[in-house]
Amino acid sequence: MMNELITLIIILLKIVLIAIPLILFIAYLTYFERKIIGYMQSRIGPNRVGIYGLAQPFADILKLISKEIIIPSTSNRYLFIIAPLLALAPSLVAWSVIPFSQGKVLANINAGLLFIFAISSLSVYGILIAGWASNSKYALLGAMRSAAQTISYEIAMGFAFVGVLMASGSMNLQDIVLKQQGGVFHWFFLPLFPLFFVYWICAVAETNRAPFDVAEGESEIVAGFHVEYSGMGFALFFLAEYANMILVSTIIALFFLGGWLSPFENIPYIGVLFSWVPGFFWLFAKTSIFLFLLIWMRATFPRYRYDQIMRLGWKILIPITIVWIIVLGLAVQLKLPPWFS
Amino acid sequence: MAEIRNFTMNFGPQHPSAHGVLRLVLEMEGEVIIKSDPHIGLLHRATEKLAESKPYNQSIGYMDRLDYVSMMCNEHAYVMAIEKLLQVTPPLRAQYIRSMFDEITRILNHLLWLGSHAIDIGAMSVFLYAFREREELIDCYEAVSGSRMHATYYRPGGVKSDLPDNMPQYQASRWRNKKELKKLNANRQGSLLDFIWDFTERFPKHIDEYETLLTDNRIWKQRTVGIGVVTPERALQLGFSGPMLRGSGIAWDLRRKQAYAAYEYLNFDIPVGLNGDCYDRYLVRIEELRQSNHIIRQCVDWLKQNPGPVNINDHKIVPPRRVEMKESMESLIHHFKLFTEGYCIPEGECYAAVEHPKGEFAIYLISDGANKPYRLKIRAPSFNHLASLDEMTKGHMLADLVAVLSSQDIVFGEVDR
Repeated sequence: MMNELITLIIILLKIVLIAIPLILFIAYLTYFERKIIGYMQSRIGPNRVGIYGLAQPFADILKLISKEIIIPSTSNRYLFIIAPLLALAPSLVAWSVIPFSQGKVLANINAGLLFIFAISSLSVYGILIAGWASNSKYALLGAMRSAAQTISYEIAMGFAFVGVLMASGSMNLQDIVLKQQGGVFHWFFLPLFPLFFVYWICAVAETNRAPFDVAEGESEIVAGFHVEYSGMGFALFFLAEYANMILVSTIIALFFLGGWLSPFENIPYIGVLFSWVPGFFWLFAKTSIFLFLLIWMRATFPRYRYDQIMRLGWKILIPITIVWIIVLGLAVQLKLPPWFS
Repeated sequence: MAEIRNFTMNFGPQHPSAHGVLRLVLEMEGEVIIKSDPHIGLLHRATEKLAESKPYNQSIGYMDRLDYVSMMCNEHAYVMAIEKLLQVTPPLRAQYIRSMFDEITRILNHLLWLGSHAIDIGAMSVFLYAFREREELIDCYEAVSGSRMHATYYRPGGVKSDLPDNMPQYQASRWRNKKELKKLNANRQGSLLDFIWDFTERFPKHIDEYETLLTDNRIWKQRTVGIGVVTPERALQLGFSGPMLRGSGIAWDLRRKQAYAAYEYLNFDIPVGLNGDCYDRYLVRIEELRQSNHIIRQCVDWLKQNPGPVNINDHKIVPPRRVEMKESMESLIHHFKLFTEGYCIPEGECYAAVEHPKGEFAIYLISDGANKPYRLKIRAPSFNHLASLDEMTKGHMLADLVAVLSSQDIVFGEVDR
């Protein structure tokens, strides 16, 4: 009995240890996004609250918390309130299987890859329900678009995961990373390059970020699914979006870029020089690259029309993944060095 | 059985891409637009009626506020109408100044259009880049007229005053150190013409920047090619003008066809599109930016070499100089009469049209011999363009509607007047 209680407390502590830094990271991701896009657009970005505007995220949170939550009278109250929670919860739950470094993982389950795929697909329900429950035409259009978007990228994403599964021979995230040991050229992004690319596109689509931000499509349907949300409801959607951004960036780092493994592994001298760096740092660095890429894409690209996303998903991404899975199957069977030997 | 009806949606007037105060009632099947019905009039300010109750020279300011992104071109049509009825011709230098500022205005307008078109399609950086360049041109407005937007710079008989010999400088402040200040003021050391020349040197590179982001971008092309196609015949029937007409492939440009101001001495090309879709209209306007830049350079060149009067020497129409007023009673009387009573225009009517950045902007003026117009009719290009929205968007999706609407370059100041 006592032992079980202690285990429970340890697990709870671990959850806190993951959740608190994650939320802080989300807060500062919004800050960095505004700063980076600001500089890209020859502006300054937030610089009023605190030095260099560093307290800006907290000011934003404070503002959003203190705002009234307006529930439209024609909306479905319960669903309207549940929807933002449904959007946020999966993007936090998925972190339970993410290994931050060798052995540093909350739940070391063997079906980690499947778990992530399942959970990350759930977050779209938050959007669908929000759009439907708002009982607003703009929100409904946003929900419709998001449904259309989901069915077009989810399959390609699944196939990309299948590729990772085939290459690593395991669904355990730790094993997937450990399989990539042996330096940069052993990482999966090389043998799985098309899948790496496809997954990245799907990941951007899944997070509803530009150029696939049709579900909120600022200039067309105003704010799409969350047009009726205010205060904390809006903040939760916002949090979910950014948590998802970090999640997909981490996943792509784990699956294709060797997770916490050092890029200088197996290089004489330099490898030793960097051997003291904790694995967590490398994971963080790799994740940051993709986060930056997400922000960069938002500043650069025009938005797709939602039927064009469907065309992209069905006619381009899915065929690419299928072809590459066949190629990969051959490579695995023939034990192609250095990855599959 | 329940009757099945299409989705009716209210687009605007509070909508990020309604370009002001447009209200569209859309009939949609899912996201496909069956019918779009523009409801206009929310920005109606009765400009035409107001002009009837004021002396001629007091309505110039109202013209700025019609299409509030191409201010001086509106003024140009109005002062041209007055000049036509008065039968006066401003001196050549004034004509050149007008041509130059017409082109500066064209760049201002097209930059705003480019930015908002891009942001409507989802590319947001271009918007801010466009505003960076607009800032300097707005400074030119400020240097000649003291006002950044509503200039009232063109006057019947010429322009308000000659181009200034020095540019206003940035001042030191808490937020700028000496080095930054020097950098900001670096191109403001000479006259206004030097400043404009410096701008025209850099501007083509900036256009290349916008084009890098958009022209060959696959997403941009997917969103604009084949969207909102208007055939040349249909464009003529719908009363299109300006880049909308040229985008459909008809080389109609009033600067060439009925040269006014100094355009007959200036050298420029008229870009035309091939397919009449949003992409062609985009390309036409981008090329117009380059051509305008080219025209401005020719004007600056000419203006530098040819000093001279910028107003006709008739104080019944043009106010006397301030210095003269201190000494001469005649001048004082002229000044007083001009700003209280104005001047009477001989009976008659005229139509004066300019190639406005958006199309053919014209003033139809009827005078009954009084000091106020009997009737002033404004021919605004955007009105005709907006009227064709239904035809252009039928069968397209909601996202395309936004692209088509912004490719029309609508400003409600002139649609609603």
